[in-house]
Amino acid sequence: MPKQGDVLLELQGLTRSFPGVLANDQISFRVGYGEIHALLGENGAGKSTLVKMIYGVLQPDSGVMKLHGEPFSPASPAVARAHGIGMVFQHFSLFEALSVTENIELGISPELAAGDLRQRIIDVSEFYGLKLDPDVLVGDLSVGLRQRIEIVRCLLQNPRLIIMDEPTSVLTPQEVDQLFKTLRRLADEGCSILYISHKLDEIRQLCHAAAILRGGKVINTCTPANETAKSLAEMMIGEVLVPASRDERELGDVRLKIKDLSLPSVSQFGVGLKQISLEIKAGEIIGVAGVAGNGQQQLMTALIGERSAMVPEAIQLDGQSVGQLGPGDRRRLGMGFCPEERLGHAAVPDMSLRDNVFLSARESQNLSRSGVLDHQNAQSFAADIVETFKVKTAGTGHSAKSLSGGNLQKFIMGREILQNPKVLIASQPTWGVDAGAASAIRTAILELAARGAAVLVISQDLDELMEISDRIAVLADGRLTPAQRVEQVTIEQLGTAMGGSSSAVLPDQSIKAGQSVPKGGGAHVQD
Amino acid sequence: MFRIEPRKEPSRAMAYATPFLALLLTILAGFVLFALLGKDPLKATWIIFIEPLTTLYSISEMMVKATPLILIGIGLALGFRAGVWNIGAEGQFTMGALTGGAMALALYQIEGFWVLPLICLAGIFGGMAWAAIPALLRTRFNTNEILVSLMLVYIATLLLSIMVHGPLRSPEGMNFPESRLFHDAALMPVLIEGTRAHWGFIVALLVALAAYLLLRFHIVGLALKVVGQAPRAARFAGFSEKRMVWFSFLVSGGLAGLAGVFEATGPVGQLVPALPVGYGFTAIIVAFLGRLHPAGIVVGGLLLALTYIGGESAQISMQLPSSTTRVFQGLLLFFLLTTDILVNYKIKSVRARPGAITLNRP
Repeated sequence: MPKQGDVLLELQGLTRSFPGVLANDQISFRVGYGEIHALLGENGAGKSTLVKMIYGVLQPDSGVMKLHGEPFSPASPAVARAHGIGMVFQHFSLFEALSVTENIELGISPELAAGDLRQRIIDVSEFYGLKLDPDVLVGDLSVGLRQRIEIVRCLLQNPRLIIMDEPTSVLTPQEVDQLFKTLRRLADEGCSILYISHKLDEIRQLCHAAAILRGGKVINTCTPANETAKSLAEMMIGEVLVPASRDERELGDVRLKIKDLSLPSVSQFGVGLKQISLEIKAGEIIGVAGVAGNGQQQLMTALIGERSAMVPEAIQLDGQSVGQLGPGDRRRLGMGFCPEERLGHAAVPDMSLRDNVFLSARESQNLSRSGVLDHQNAQSFAADIVETFKVKTAGTGHSAKSLSGGNLQKFIMGREILQNPKVLIASQPTWGVDAGAASAIRTAILELAARGAAVLVISQDLDELMEISDRIAVLADGRLTPAQRVEQVTIEQLGTAMGGSSSAVLPDQSIKAGQSVPKGGGAHVQD
Repeated sequence: MFRIEPRKEPSRAMAYATPFLALLLTILAGFVLFALLGKDPLKATWIIFIEPLTTLYSISEMMVKATPLILIGIGLALGFRAGVWNIGAEGQFTMGALTGGAMALALYQIEGFWVLPLICLAGIFGGMAWAAIPALLRTRFNTNEILVSLMLVYIATLLLSIMVHGPLRSPEGMNFPESRLFHDAALMPVLIEGTRAHWGFIVALLVALAAYLLLRFHIVGLALKVVGQAPRAARFAGFSEKRMVWFSFLVSGGLAGLAGVFEATGPVGQLVPALPVGYGFTAIIVAFLGRLHPAGIVVGGLLLALTYIGGESAQISMQLPSSTTRVFQGLLLFFLLTTDILVNYKIKSVRARPGAITLNRP
C-alpha cells in the first residue's frame, strides 16, 4: 500500500511541439500520493498541452511518464481512465435536455454504468458532500451543479489522480469553499489531484506543491503556502507587476440609463432579462458581476442593439432613447462595444486587422463615405491601434485569428477606445488574456473613464471588478441587483447575490425543475 | 506516414494554385478515362483543350458559351460569399429568357434603339422575380433556399415549355413548339462578323469589373463577406443579414435573367423549350473555380466554355460519348473541392512517434 509522500506520477523531459510553437519543453516534475499539486501558469504557458498528454488526448514528441513507477504512455483517454486518471474539463460536455443520471451514464464505460447507477450517484455525491439530484434535467442546473456532475462522473471511476482544469472560474466564492473541502477530503483518502489555475490565492490555500510553467518550461517548483500571491505572480509572469491605479474621478451627469429593460430568452434553457435598471454617470465605471449564463449575453446583445428593446426608453444615452436603434445608430451617438467572444463576434477570424476596423469604426473614423470604403484611413487607424496598444502582430494585413487571444483583445479594446466613445460596454475584457495584457487593458479602461466616458464592465472575475469599478451590481437569473460602492461590499455579499451559496450546499434546497434558480452554463451556452 | 496539419493562416499561394492543380488532375484523370475507353488519350486531350483555341470560329463559340457562364457565375459568387446558396440560377435564366422573349414578341416588328434594352430589362426583372421567391421564403419563414431555388428550376423549365406550346407559339410555325424568330431590332448585335459572338460578352466583362469594384471598394462587398464568414460579427457591425439575402438573390437572379435574354436574343434568336442547357448549374462550378473572385470567374467561365466546345468536337472526331463534357466538368469540381484543403491545411510527412496511433502498423 503506497504511503503519503510516495511518487504516483513522474514526468521526465516531456516535450511536445505544434506548428510554430514548442508548447512543452522538457517538462519534469512529480506528483505524490494524496498530494494536491498545482500547475500554475498564464494562458499559453503550456498547461493544457501538458495535461492533455497525461490524459492521453495528445502524445508527447519525446520524454517519459511513469505511473506507480511503471512506464506510462496512454494512447487515448480511455487508456488513461483505465489506469485511474480522471479529468474535469473547464468546458463541460453535458446534454441540457437529459437528466443527471443519463448524462453520467453516457460519459462512462458500459461496465461501470451497469447496475444501480442512480443509487451509486447518490452515494458518491453524498459521501463527498457534493449533493446532486440524479433525476433533474441538466438544463435546469447552475454551472456549479453542472461541475458536480463532471466531478461525480469522475469519482465513480475510482480515480488515483484527478486533473482539474480551472475548476473555480465558473463558481461563486461559496461554491469554491465547498469544492475545496471535497478536494481536501479526496486527498486525505490518498487520491492525488493535479490542479490547474492561475488564481494565486486559491493555490496558496489548497495546494501542497506547485510547478510553475512559463513559455512551455517548468520555471520553478515551490510550496505555495510559503509564498505570497505577489511572489507567485512574479514567478508566473516573469516580471514585476504594477496594478492599475485608480485615481479619484469627478463624476458628471448620467450618461447611460437603463430603465426596466426586459428581454425574453431566445432559447429553451437560456435566461431572459428581467426589469434591469441602472444609471451610469460620466466618468464612472460600473461592474456587473455574476456567473456566466445568468443573462450576460442577453444584456450585451440588448445594449449593442443586436436585439431591440421592447420600448425605446429602456436604454437612454444622454437622455436620448436608443433602445430600438441598431448598432450603427448607437455607435453614431457615441457608444462603443466589446463583446465577450473575440473571434466571430467582435472580429471576423479570417479577415485582416485592417478590414476588421470597418466593423465598428466606419462612422467615427470616416472610413465609409456613401458606401465607398476608405482602405487607406482604415490602414492608418489599424496601425494606430497596433502602436498605441502595443499589439504584437507582424502587420495589420494579418488575419484576426493569427493573433493570440491577448493581442487580439488589445486590438479590439483599442479599436473601441480610440474612437473615444461616450459610453463603453465591455464584456469579459480580460478573459483568457495574459496578466501583462490584462493590466494594460484595465489601465486603458480607467483612462477612458477619466476622460469622461461612462463604462460598463461585465465580468466573472470579481477581483478585476473590485480593482477597477466604482460601483458593482450582480446579475443573477436575469435580474440586476442595485449597484453598490465597492468600498461598501464584500466578496461574500457578492457571492451570496450571485446565488450559488445556499442552493448549492443545502440538501433541502436541492434544485427542482421550474424553481427560480440562477441558471448556469459554461461559455458555450447560448442564452 | 503523412499528417494533415492546420495552417496558422490560409495560404494565399495555394488559393491561387489549387484551381490550376485541379485542372491538371482533371486532365490526368481524363487520360486514364480515355485510355480505358480505348481512345488515344493524348489526341483526345489535344482535341478538347487545345484545338478549340486554334480557330477563330471555336474562339467565337467559346465567347458565346462563356457569356452566360460569367454573368451567372458573378451573381452566384456574390451570394456564395454571404453564405446565400442560390442553386436555382438555371430557373432564373429560363425565366429571364421567357420574360425577355415575351417582350421581344410583344414588340414584334417595332423598330427603335430602345427595343433591345427594354427586352433586356424585362429579362432582368423576370430573373429577379423568380429569385425573389426563395429570398422571401428564407427571410420570412427561414426555409432552406437551396431546396426552394433548385425546385423552382423545374417549374421554370415547364413554364417555358407551356408558353411556347401555347400563347407564344409561332403562328407560322406549323405547330412546332417554338416562338417566332425575333426581328432584327430585338437581336443582340454581333461582335465578330460572321460568327455568333455577340456584345453580351463585353457586357459580361463589364459586369465582372463592376463586381470587382463592389467587392473591393464598397461597403456592400464587405458586408457580404462578414455575413458569410461570421454572422454574429455582422450583427455586431450592424449589417443586416436579411438585406444581404435579398441583395444576393436579386442580383444573382437579375444577372441570370440577363444571361437568359442574351441567349434567347443572341445565338438562339427565338424561344424554344430546349433553351436552358445547364449554364445555371455549370456556373456554380465557374464561381468556385474562380474562387468567387470576378477575375477568376472570367477565366473559369472561358475554361468551362472550352470544355463545351472541346467536348463537342471530341464527340464528332473521336466518337466519344456526348457526356464527356459533363464528366469533365464534374471531375473539375470534384478536384477543386478536394485540393481546397491545401489552402487551410498542409500535408507534412512525419516519422511515427512512439505511443502515437499510426495507421500503418502491421
